[in-house]
Amino acid sequence: MTNIMTASDVHLSYGPVEALHGISMNFEEKELTALLGPSGCGKSTFLRCLNRMNDDIDNIKITGKITFEDEDIYGSKMDLVKLRKEVGMVFQQPTPFPFSIYNNVAYGLHLAGVKDKSIIDQRVEESLKQAAIWNEVKDDLNKNAQALSGGQQQRICIARALAVHPKVVLLDEPTSALDPISSSEIEETLLSLKHEFTFIMVTHNLQQASRISDKTAFLMNGDLIEYGSTEDMFINPKKQITSDYLNGRFG
Amino acid sequence: MNNKQDLKQVVNQALAEQKVPHVKLKKIGVDKVNVERLTKPSKETRQEYWGKGLTYAAIILIIALVVSIIGFIAVRGLSTFLQNHVNVFHFLTSTDWDPGEGKNYVGAAAMIVTSFAVTILAALVATPFAIAVALFMTEYSSKKGGHFLQTVMELLVGIPSVVYGFLGLTIIVPLIRNIFGGTGFGILSATLVLFVMVLPTITSLTVDSLNAVPNHYRQASAALGATHWQTIYKVVLRVAAPRIMTAVIFGMARAFGEALAVQMVIGNAVLMPYNLVSPSATLTSQLTSQMGNTVMGTLPNNALWSLALLLLIMALFFNFLVRFVGKKGQK
Repeated sequence: MTNIMTASDVHLSYGPVEALHGISMNFEEKELTALLGPSGCGKSTFLRCLNRMNDDIDNIKITGKITFEDEDIYGSKMDLVKLRKEVGMVFQQPTPFPFSIYNNVAYGLHLAGVKDKSIIDQRVEESLKQAAIWNEVKDDLNKNAQALSGGQQQRICIARALAVHPKVVLLDEPTSALDPISSSEIEETLLSLKHEFTFIMVTHNLQQASRISDKTAFLMNGDLIEYGSTEDMFINPKKQITSDYLNGRFG
Repeated sequence: MNNKQDLKQVVNQALAEQKVPHVKLKKIGVDKVNVERLTKPSKETRQEYWGKGLTYAAIILIIALVVSIIGFIAVRGLSTFLQNHVNVFHFLTSTDWDPGEGKNYVGAAAMIVTSFAVTILAALVATPFAIAVALFMTEYSSKKGGHFLQTVMELLVGIPSVVYGFLGLTIIVPLIRNIFGGTGFGILSATLVLFVMVLPTITSLTVDSLNAVPNHYRQASAALGATHWQTIYKVVLRVAAPRIMTAVIFGMARAFGEALAVQMVIGNAVLMPYNLVSPSATLTSQLTSQMGNTVMGTLPNNALWSLALLLLIMALFFNFLVRFVGKKGQK
């Protein structure tokens, strides 16, 4: 296993308030890492540091170092556009554009200036198959993506993220806005894909983390409390507070 | 009345059995067993009737006003055709305008063409600038800069038409005269004056339409590796397009209806414009300049009312267009 992303001593503050107090962790290639923790613990904030989605927030200050394939993503030479093509993101709310399904999935390719229709067609099909939604939508790719159900929309968003062939996909509570059936469909999708992509997923759902993640990190109040293989963590948490959280004593 | 008896009995029984403390009943005014307690309208209910009544009265008054305005314009405007027997087709297509000479000289085509020309040209020139300013305000500038521009736009709205006309007459007309020759009066001058006047209308409505684009579209686009500009033209403008169209139509309605400023720079010669710098007249400018020169009930006066009717119909048309485009955007 090789490291694909590394965070070292990441501090983040909004104005005078520090939200992350020095987080260091490695992410292995082709694994699914879950970031767990109570609301407001900074897990989403940390996730958004990994593809620099926090950049536009006013008064934000980020120190420490995050590397992707040994390059400092906050380095002055880093091209944000290239970084985000390699490190994609899926959000909590399904966010398909009000375009057709086809144009949604092809969006990243259009951005990258891919003109060849046959390449785009093939990538759209491939991504929709990877996101396990091809069979449901293959006959009406020209339908507006917003006419689909929430779970289908989220899988369109996953397909859209996969279409540009990212190496890492960040998932910010991808199922929390969905019903249980749609959630389990998304989980299956992720399970089948985790040998091809590196996933880093924020979730509230402990069972979800235990079902699909290889590694789990537990964050609280802006600190990384514990990080290790999911199995170890759920069976033998090293710290009392982790055990309390996993057993539902708080959070 | 049976109910009265019943209630009296019930209350008295309750009192006797001390189910309800006497003091409490006294407090809420039941100790006299006032049977009308619940059926008599309360103060609040009377207020409700009053409020409702006032509102309805105001509405009826306004509706009556609107109906009578439209009715008056329609009656006067139609009398050109019904009373003076001017041919409607002739009115819309002929360019001979001299109603004092009789019914064969009531052709509004030149004014119609000029009105549309200044409206469309002003909208064409103003829209790109309005979109640029709106994009800057919503997507690029800091909050402070946005507020500053907002204030500038509001100021532009607040300047009276006559001042714009005066500015046009003093600056634009001589400028056009020097560059293109001729008098300097004409469609080009009117377009330039109207450009400044419709810019804030289109801009502020475009700002609203851009702000209405959900932020998660921008984030999702950025997360896929889009630059800010790519996000703007591939997502934000596309999503906002129907509402931007509405903004442009509102701007056009304003340009079409503007009278005073246009009248001051258009030249006021009812001639078919053969280029952009030849003196002409719009429907509104002709109304403004001629309404004091006619006698009520005569053909020249009726002819002006027909122009007013045409303006009214166009206003309704713009209204309809806004609704139509808005509905299409909701799909």
